[in-house]
Amino acid sequence: MSAKHTDLHTRSMTELAAGLDKGEFTSVELTESLLARIAEQDARLNAFITVTGEQALAAAAKADKARAAGDAGALNGLPIIHKDIFCTRGVKTTCGSKMLDNFISPYDATVVEKMADAGAVVLGKSNMDEFAMGSSNETSFFGPVRNPWNLECSPGGSSGGSSAAVAARLAPAATGTDTGGSIRQPAALTGTVGIKPTYGRVSRYGMIAFASSLDQAGVITRTAEDAARLLGVMAGFDKRDSTSIDRPVPDYLGSINQPIKGLRVGIVRQHFDAGLDPQCGERVKEAIAVLESLGATAVEVDLPNIDLSVPTYYVVAPAECSSNLSRFDGVRFGHRAENAEDLMDLYCRSRGEGFGDEVKRRIMTGTYVLSAGYYDAYYLKAQQVRHLIADDFKKAFADVDVIAGPTSPTPAFRLGDKVDDPITMYLNDIYTIGANLAGLPGMSIPCGFVDDLPVGLHLVGAHFAEETLLRCSHQYQQHTDWHKACPEDFK
Amino acid sequence: MRAGWEVVIGLEVHAQLATRSKIFSGASTAYGAEPNTQACLVDLGYPGVLPVLNEEVVHMAAMFGLAVNATVAPRSVFARKNYFYPDLPKGYQISQFELPIVEHGELFIHNDDGESKRIGITRAHLEEDAGKSIHEGLDRSSGIDLNRAGTPLLEIVSEPDLRSAKEAVAYMRKIHTIVRYLGISDGNMQEGSFRCDANVSVRPQGQEELGTRAELKNLNSFRFVERAINFEIERQIDLIEDGGEVVQETRLYDSDKDETRSMRSKEESHDYRYFPDPDLLPIEISADYIETVREQLPELPDAKQQRFVDQFALKGDDADLLTGSRPLADYFEAAVAATAAKPQLVANWVIGDLSGALNRDGLDIGESRISAAALAGLLTRIHDNTISGKIAKQVFEAMWAGEGDADAVIESKGLKQITDSSAIEAAVDKVIAANPGQVAEYKAGKDKLIGFFVGQVMQATKGQANPGQVNQILKEKLRN
Repeated sequence: MSAKHTDLHTRSMTELAAGLDKGEFTSVELTESLLARIAEQDARLNAFITVTGEQALAAAAKADKARAAGDAGALNGLPIIHKDIFCTRGVKTTCGSKMLDNFISPYDATVVEKMADAGAVVLGKSNMDEFAMGSSNETSFFGPVRNPWNLECSPGGSSGGSSAAVAARLAPAATGTDTGGSIRQPAALTGTVGIKPTYGRVSRYGMIAFASSLDQAGVITRTAEDAARLLGVMAGFDKRDSTSIDRPVPDYLGSINQPIKGLRVGIVRQHFDAGLDPQCGERVKEAIAVLESLGATAVEVDLPNIDLSVPTYYVVAPAECSSNLSRFDGVRFGHRAENAEDLMDLYCRSRGEGFGDEVKRRIMTGTYVLSAGYYDAYYLKAQQVRHLIADDFKKAFADVDVIAGPTSPTPAFRLGDKVDDPITMYLNDIYTIGANLAGLPGMSIPCGFVDDLPVGLHLVGAHFAEETLLRCSHQYQQHTDWHKACPEDFK
Repeated sequence: MRAGWEVVIGLEVHAQLATRSKIFSGASTAYGAEPNTQACLVDLGYPGVLPVLNEEVVHMAAMFGLAVNATVAPRSVFARKNYFYPDLPKGYQISQFELPIVEHGELFIHNDDGESKRIGITRAHLEEDAGKSIHEGLDRSSGIDLNRAGTPLLEIVSEPDLRSAKEAVAYMRKIHTIVRYLGISDGNMQEGSFRCDANVSVRPQGQEELGTRAELKNLNSFRFVERAINFEIERQIDLIEDGGEVVQETRLYDSDKDETRSMRSKEESHDYRYFPDPDLLPIEISADYIETVREQLPELPDAKQQRFVDQFALKGDDADLLTGSRPLADYFEAAVAATAAKPQLVANWVIGDLSGALNRDGLDIGESRISAAALAGLLTRIHDNTISGKIAKQVFEAMWAGEGDADAVIESKGLKQITDSSAIEAAVDKVIAANPGQVAEYKAGKDKLIGFFVGQVMQATKGQANPGQVNQILKEKLRN
């Protein structure tokens, strides 16, 4: 590629689209440039499980041809990374697990298919916590991902490979999935933008299930504008997913420029309790002040049951995962123990060898809460509390348009610090889990730094209020520069 | 039944629903394909795939619910039944647990004394079938065929209202008839499309408390249901009378040895950890939908039986037999409509010669070599005295053999009966005149010569004379 384009990695997807449109560079040049950067930089991060260089270059060449023929899709020639939880035909899809280290998917997830149809170029598959169970990326069979802002720190999880790669400018965007905060928390910890849409907005088909009633696909980008662009492509009804919702997809990009004057921003008192790092709290309050300066009004709202969201989540999610992960039995695909004595031995050793500790912990918890005699006390009770939490949000959204607060209680923590203390690790998602339990859209955008580590502002909207979240975030980013900050070592 | 004991039986009937594709995937349900050629990624439980409900099964379950006078639930929920087995690809079966689609139904059978008896239907729920494990012909390993995985089933659970193996069979037959009437299952037991488990217990006559039950699995024919239950009843009574106790367990019926044997005890039974399947929305059924289904329901066996008695003056048992299958009843009605012969005559022939011929050749009524219209043609010829009932059997066999319709057979074989007595008399006179010697011998007391004369007359009339009439006229004339 020509030397004049040494800054391609710094550009947002929107800027890259403009460059391609103007013929400033080709998709092949862009892809080559980013592949070279990944080859050079990723050893420090471990953000990728698989780099799909060959396929990417072929897709880029195809995109260039399509563009020349005047047939360019919404993402034509634009690079993206898929979290390794999305099935990609002919490409290893591991879900961060030894269990699927040998698994080549025979089909594409709907999200993958939609982006490919729009012309996107897939650079590779990003690292993640095993089966998306984790908040630090340390449960990955392929090793932890490092945070570009401080290589001793975690980039968050479970979409940690995606967040680290986007923060380190290895790609302008990456897909993620969010069951309890797995897009938003890593976005916050890496100074990137992450959106988890309303449950049912994006198809789950081909996304390896962790907790089916909570899982939702989204994206990690550097700008709200890019998130709007990608969500427009990903969203929509899919007849292959019965829980996807048949509702028109709005023009997200078209509405982000509208001002937020009059926007009612809800503040939840419990979100600023002792559990929150005070400096993070300051950054979040400053961000809310910016929104107010843009014409929004802050209103205190009450979510009386929100404190129950973590325990509720840690019943519902393990219960579903214990069942969802039963298919990994060594019989049809994935890891199979060698020289099994009998069927039970095959099951026990295939699963014992294939799954890591955190996955086992959750399968056991989930199996327990669904057991005869415990179901009512745990699973049923959790579902009841889940309804209460959803009702709280519903009431709150009668008075406000978005709820704003911190995404995570602290900035990025050091690798190894919490890995042996699951409960502390679980509390990382204390502010994000509520949106999953209630099926609401949530978004994290960078809003400043504490000790040179990024802090995220968390926005939650009513069902299908993605437009509001994207517009609010875009307007904020039009008046702040936090999202432009780049880790020193990855400029 | 041994004196002093009462038997309590409940059945769980599994009827495979006759959809073209599976309950949660687009793969074909056709029977008998090469292993694993009819299993798509959804059936294989691949990572990331999701089930999508085949709406047809909802319609079928609703039809069944209405046919057994049950409540069709406005909202029912799919649940996961979790257990590990190699022929269960996802590690759970999608079924219904707390909220089934059909509840509180009933049907009527004839009990052992021939009286009508109500049997309650607790519930019927939708679920997917598992695949098949194959052990034969494989050295130290097992094969899995997932063609059947995801095939839609309706599991129909009865109340413990059955009091003998015979009643259990009568109930199962009734369910079989109903699902086939509705066209929701082919009921093919050889292919496993219709099978049942039986919960069997015994208690001393007069005791209110139920005895401990055993669940008998793998009953895939009416005969096996009866035998397995009878074996189990004897086993349980023997056990108790010998001072033992029945343990709650699952027992497998072995048709080769005609016995049941323990498969697993209650302690070994699975905790299935049922919970609502988050991948599927609840099934919601409106009152309007139910009314539409009700309007489209075909006439059901009991109603048809009653109508056959009322409309055609059939004997109750004959009406029972004829309405036992819808194609048989349809055949009967089509034949009745095409002939002036009495419906009871039609019934006799359908139940008698026709069913006999079908059984002999192993055919279904749909494959009959004689159509309803053709049988009607034959019976019309009995009715108008063209042929006797006896000749008709001969004509029937010829028709069965493909020699044409009744009239063609009667014509070509010259079977048309001469009932005109003057014509017969003329023939008799000729025979008497031509055989004076034999006439003399007969008159002298050689009675058995009558056969000779009959033969001569029949020969002269090419077999068409009514033999009874020939006999009578001959005897009269020879007496003179």
